Amino acid sequence: MSDIIRDDGRKFDELRPIKIEAGVLERADGSAYLEVGGNKILVAVYGPRESYIRRLLEPNTGVIRCRYNMAPFSVDDRKRPGPDRRSSEISKITADALRPALMLENYPRSMIDIYIEVIEAEGGTRCAGITAASVALVDAGIPMKDIVVGCAAGKVYDEIVLDLSEKEDKEGQADVPIAMMPRTGEITLLQSDGDLTEEEFAKAIDLAMEGCRKVNEIQKEALMKKYSIE
Amino acid sequence: MQIVPEITRRSIENLVGNDKREDGRALDEYRDISIETNVISKAEGSARVKIGGTQVIVGIKPQLGSPFPDTPDLGVLMTNCEMLPMADPTFEPGPPSEDSIELARVVDRGIRESELVELDKLCVEEGKHVWMLFIDLHIIDNCGNLFDACELAVMAALKTTKLPVATIVDEEVVLSEDETFDLPINNELALCTFVKIGDKIVIDPTLSEESVASARLNVGVTKDGHICSMQKGGKEPLTKDDILFAVNLAVKKTKELIEHL
Repeated sequence: MSDIIRDDGRKFDELRPIKIEAGVLERADGSAYLEVGGNKILVAVYGPRESYIRRLLEPNTGVIRCRYNMAPFSVDDRKRPGPDRRSSEISKITADALRPALMLENYPRSMIDIYIEVIEAEGGTRCAGITAASVALVDAGIPMKDIVVGCAAGKVYDEIVLDLSEKEDKEGQADVPIAMMPRTGEITLLQSDGDLTEEEFAKAIDLAMEGCRKVNEIQKEALMKKYSIE
Repeated sequence: MQIVPEITRRSIENLVGNDKREDGRALDEYRDISIETNVISKAEGSARVKIGGTQVIVGIKPQLGSPFPDTPDLGVLMTNCEMLPMADPTFEPGPPSEDSIELARVVDRGIRESELVELDKLCVEEGKHVWMLFIDLHIIDNCGNLFDACELAVMAALKTTKLPVATIVDEEVVLSEDETFDLPINNELALCTFVKIGDKIVIDPTLSEESVASARLNVGVTKDGHICSMQKGGKEPLTKDDILFAVNLAVKKTKELIEHL
């Protein structure tokens, strides 16, 4: 395999430093804080609670509502507060990525709210948001089939590398964020933008899945830390 | 709106009536306060403040813009507050609520009226280019008394804000890449929030105290003891004695708050 060293000194298959903490907020039913590279992400989960929004209510199943939001101060040029097209899309695919792990059929007429706040962004916030959201869902005590985890691979200077930084994302040729359920290896989110050959894509997906498994260990450690008895 | 159980209402009213509180504090005592600054590296100024379980993050981003026609040589301050749905089960996503706008405006009023930011030093070229400071408040955990937490956070963040040096070259604004200057601040300020429960005035209310309170009063006081902003809130009236009592206490308590900065 490749032995290149990247701009920030990482090997091709190396993650940025990552830190996850579970249960960081008082009011929320479940919460998590995640830092990876320069990203700082906070997630709160409320529910399952009675769906007080009638148009969202489903008589035979629970629903999840997901909101991905970037703080105005999270990026170099201030972002106008409120949803835009990008954050609406990410909210939707994040809900889709997490839904397969939840047993929503057990919660008719209910909803689970997932609020992902990007406090500071440095590339790969959607994957980081999914990773943190799963930890917050577990912290909320919601039964799940697996802990969903997100990670990206991409192509930078013709090399397939893991977990692109903001700079690599801007300068790179392709970005493939995925989310998976590590127990079964099923993929619950896949996007790809940029130019890849079929072989490169296969390599990227393998690398991203390997990255997901590493991040999953850190998710589990964070939860063990929160819920272990001294 | 959350329904307050009658038993909660009566127990809080009884406690306060006997000069006690649910968390054991005195009526004029704050919860534990912690302030961290420079928590967001991409913001030019930032802070995270906790008062008890209440937690807010503020980020300050400067942008060059045109001054207002009536103040061509002054920089511009804009305070915005997002009561994130993450902070409280009753907060909803969407455009800022009335409460959120009131919170931002009360926090802004203290900073603005105390004139502690030297806006004349934020002028790059009179009538054309001035710095606009966007103060964005993010409420992430609501356990009561967001007002004081927000004002402390803004004050702490302003004190650590650094702006790039801007110069005019051939009628164009050029920003220095490595040279910065500290935001010019000439005073400090804190906000003290009181609620009235029964006939008692209580400082730094918790969420359940807020929910049973009949009225609220915010008093902004500078380091040198000048009152620079006030706001009465809540459904019921206050007496003149209530107000004078609160103002007197605010002048003392803001000194304690400013020590945390």
